[in-house]
Amino acid sequence: MKFLLVFLSAAIVNNFVLTYFLGICPFLGVSKKTEAAFSMGLATTFVMTLAAMISWLINNFILIKYNLPFLQYVTFILAIASVVQFVEMYVKKASPALYHSLGIYLPLITTNCAVLGLALFAALRNYNFIETLFFGMGAGVGFTLALIIMAGIREELELSNTPKALEGVAITLIVAGLLALAFMGFSGMISV
Amino acid sequence: MAKALAKEYELGKDFSVGLWSENPIFRQILGMCPTLAVTTSVINGFSMGMATLFVLFMASTTVAAIKKLVPYQVRLAGYVVIIASYVTIADLYLKGSFPAISKALGPYVPLIVVNCLILARSESFAAHHPMHRSMADAAGMGIGFAWGLVLLGGIRELFGNGSLIDYKIFGANYEPMVIMILPAGAFITLGIVLGLINQFSGKEKMVKETSCH
Repeated sequence: MKFLLVFLSAAIVNNFVLTYFLGICPFLGVSKKTEAAFSMGLATTFVMTLAAMISWLINNFILIKYNLPFLQYVTFILAIASVVQFVEMYVKKASPALYHSLGIYLPLITTNCAVLGLALFAALRNYNFIETLFFGMGAGVGFTLALIIMAGIREELELSNTPKALEGVAITLIVAGLLALAFMGFSGMISV
Repeated sequence: MAKALAKEYELGKDFSVGLWSENPIFRQILGMCPTLAVTTSVINGFSMGMATLFVLFMASTTVAAIKKLVPYQVRLAGYVVIIASYVTIADLYLKGSFPAISKALGPYVPLIVVNCLILARSESFAAHHPMHRSMADAAGMGIGFAWGLVLLGGIRELFGNGSLIDYKIFGANYEPMVIMILPAGAFITLGIVLGLINQFSGKEKMVKETSCH
């Protein structure tokens, strides 16, 4: 049952965005509209799950087996970049409608620190394959959750009277701080 | 003579824009992950700043040196491999020489690979400019990033721990605001600092968008 705990821990208790500060760039950049936030979250979740599996395979069957841990960063980032490229090509071919709504977000995911962070954390914590799979999914779900909550709040913020100097990123960061406070209520519930 | 002066002026300008007018943290809002994550104290912020400065400087220099050899289609993958190699060097050096700092920074050292600041400077500056100008640009941006981290680390350490560089400032009776060194404090501190900078920089220069996604 550990894989379920790993999933919940990554999605809620240790939310990637609000406790580990991973994926802050899209969190600030693509959180203006709920639909865009949802599409971005979906694309990222898919890439994260895939990247987690592939980096686990590389780490366990190549890097650990041949004692090459110093190549971890280079191989992981290359694997992630290739996954993103292949997903983009596949989606473009298989479902033009989906490509139309997700397409612009896909290339940005390569430099999303949440994806590399996920691969590094999974290697650091010695998760097995199933746990890594659920860890990737959970982290993606947590990222989507944070992004959608933020987009919802920002849509309301557009209508409210914000001080001129705080408009845009500054108020978003302060709201994110309050969200992080709320998510602190979950801390310590699961320790995986 | 005039030409040499113009050249020096150009280099000086490349160096100085990163310090303030195009500061990566406060004016471009780049590299937010380490900015928020490791600024729990001055020392952590400074170490992260130096590690990033090293990687940025070396990566920009290398990219500028080999830019004509890399085919356009695979340039990003090439830059990422260069950056990842320097990050590995920095990580191994920190682990070997400063194990305590390496432990405190944790996974955020390898995450320098995906710091958008470094890729953005490689792609938008080093790939189109000669080597000496790329070096000046990278040094300016790296130092601009580092002082931002030190400033934020200072604010958070001062209120969250009552000290600066482990030297007690507020005395024994100060009750530390623990929230400042927790994740929530990171977001709120940066938000308020950005707001203050906007307030004092006038309407035309206010920053409302991040330059990365």
